[in-house]
Amino acid sequence: MYRIVAKKELAPAVKSLTIDAPLVAKNARPGQFIIVRIDEKGERIPLTIAGLDVQQGTITTIFLEVGKTTEQLGRLNEGDAISDLAGPLGNPTEIKNYGRVVCVGGGVGVAPLYLVAKALKDAGNEVISIIGARTKELLIFEDEMQQASDELYIATDDGSKGHHGFVTDVLQELIAKQKIDRVLAVGPTVMMRAVAKVTKNHNIKTVVSLNPLMVDGTGMCGACRVTVGGETKFTCVDGPEFDAHLVDFEELMNRQRTYITEEKVALERCGRCRH
Amino acid sequence: MPSLKKQPMSEQEVDKRIHNFDEVALGYTPEQAITEAKRCLQCTKPSCTQGCPVGIEIPAFIKHIADEDFDGAIKVIKKKNNLPAICGRVCPYENQCEKFCVLGKKGEPAGIGRLERFVADYERKKGARIPEKAGASGKRVAVVGSGPAGLTVAADLAKLGHDVVIYEALHESGGVLMYGIPEFRLPKEVVRAEIEYVKQLGVDIQTNVVIGKTISIDELREEFDAIFIGTGAGLPHFMNIPGENLCGIYSANEFLIRTNLMRAYKFPEYDTPIKVGKRVAVIGAGNVAMDSARVALRLGAEEVRIVYRRSEKEMPARAEETAHAKEEGIKFEFLTNPIRMAGENGWVKQLECIRMKLGEPDESGRRKPIPIEGSEFALDVDTVVVAIGQKPNPLIAKMTKGLRITEKGAVWIDENGKTSMEGVFAGGDITTGTATVIEAMGAGKKAARAIHEYVSR
Repeated sequence: MYRIVAKKELAPAVKSLTIDAPLVAKNARPGQFIIVRIDEKGERIPLTIAGLDVQQGTITTIFLEVGKTTEQLGRLNEGDAISDLAGPLGNPTEIKNYGRVVCVGGGVGVAPLYLVAKALKDAGNEVISIIGARTKELLIFEDEMQQASDELYIATDDGSKGHHGFVTDVLQELIAKQKIDRVLAVGPTVMMRAVAKVTKNHNIKTVVSLNPLMVDGTGMCGACRVTVGGETKFTCVDGPEFDAHLVDFEELMNRQRTYITEEKVALERCGRCRH
Repeated sequence: MPSLKKQPMSEQEVDKRIHNFDEVALGYTPEQAITEAKRCLQCTKPSCTQGCPVGIEIPAFIKHIADEDFDGAIKVIKKKNNLPAICGRVCPYENQCEKFCVLGKKGEPAGIGRLERFVADYERKKGARIPEKAGASGKRVAVVGSGPAGLTVAADLAKLGHDVVIYEALHESGGVLMYGIPEFRLPKEVVRAEIEYVKQLGVDIQTNVVIGKTISIDELREEFDAIFIGTGAGLPHFMNIPGENLCGIYSANEFLIRTNLMRAYKFPEYDTPIKVGKRVAVIGAGNVAMDSARVALRLGAEEVRIVYRRSEKEMPARAEETAHAKEEGIKFEFLTNPIRMAGENGWVKQLECIRMKLGEPDESGRRKPIPIEGSEFALDVDTVVVAIGQKPNPLIAKMTKGLRITEKGAVWIDENGKTSMEGVFAGGDITTGTATVIEAMGAGKKAARAIHEYVSR
């Protein structure tokens, strides 16, 4: 069992859980992820790593309640425990001094991006970050990203904070102003696709962290397969980061919708057991 | 003169079993077991034993059954085999012990597999006895992977007095016994009971530890006197044909993991979903393909087809599995090779195939299938399961510098199961590619002997 040592609500339906997992904390690096299963009847879902504390032996994960499992996870409190947690999975982000790097984060994708931005800054990069959300209440990790970046830009779809519009609008302005050596994007697939489109026109190397469906997370099932540069890759072991200009985003989004009907059934059933 | 035929084993009725996941074969009654045991000729120089990868003294255990001493029988088996209820269900005995049985020359061989299952089930219902163990050696061994190879190494070494920790990447131990082989062929309760026996020998099993990620092999080497790698052949092959990433196309691994490990057949009581439409095509004709086809049927498919590029004769599945699949109404498209998967709105709709003919034997010794030009046709499908084999799991190989890997991606070992790294041993599918449960157990036994020697040196 893996005990929850701290819980925070960062925004409506966005929760942060700090979980006791010393072995994972010890070897985890920015860009990696975990797989959790809440209880005996639970599914295995991948979650990002948004914080690490090697001394305390804990990791922090931040998620949006979008389905049955994340809702159920969001209802757990400090002192509760989940039955399974495996990781760190996937390959860490390649951290080097690239020069000027733009980190683009959307929604809860900002949380794992924070560790990446921090590592890039520590490696000597000039880090410019753009973070976005639908509205300002949903914006998370603003302070953390401020600390990890030389410059921080904010975009909200409704204009309630920062730029009124998309993160890609800000990205385009930045590209017009200066030379950018690398772009990293973590967020909803549509956002990552949009970022890839913008940077491809300017030939800027761009890395995205993909979030397909997953089951085992260790390369056994192939549920997370994506086409990258015409080849099938397994996100869990070959990724989760890939060259954004080579990813088949349409296929990824199609595969993410595989269980839409079942997800609704599970969520409704979960709603019933709560009330 | 013993009867020419084996005592038949009762099975669940076909029209009932295709709607449930309960075990198909029901096992012998004590009377049937005794009658069958009495068929054994008790050869003074038995040849059956040479067919057993773990070296069970077969005539001896059968003699105990004939004498109605079931406790004595299981004691003989467990001297060599720690997982008899599993082996009694999934061993391909027709190619092993039973192949060498003298009775087989004129009639059917002695039902060795069925008898093994009978006594193992007898003991499980009664509660397994824990054998005497050697005194503590003070040596520590790490076992990576809790499938048949890992469980065997761990149990044998624990009996010899070593302190053994198994690391399992998934949330449940058992490896392929848990995620791969379906409930109706190998009930998970049976697997859990045999794993419990291994634990009672003193083996500690740590789940959710992905060696190579959570802990590296180098970190393990600091803490343990020896390491055994038994991570299996977990990487599924795909066809690499257009359309393979449409929705509705599963690797057999995914299809079986969702069903067996995650209990998707009980969705929404269990959270993991699986989607099976009316028409299912399973590509491949091994045991995993038969399992996938029979799972699809039980998940509600109306028409399930095996699509195989060679002919019935070359099928790698056990005859018993194929017979069960046929009884259950699985259809077979032999000499048929998929060339493209076509979809609509992102979902697979058709499996485009070409008919094949057999040419000269290839490197596997089987006649090579050759496409017949102009014979393309399409099967309407809602779900496709790709069951054309698995490769050794690449995770440890990738994450461990200094570990020699073969061209086929397997961990290289010498004849004693030693890898290229000092104190690191390996066995099972990670060294051979896909094989059987019992072969993995045989490799585990061999490695256990080598590890014992190594740590006792």
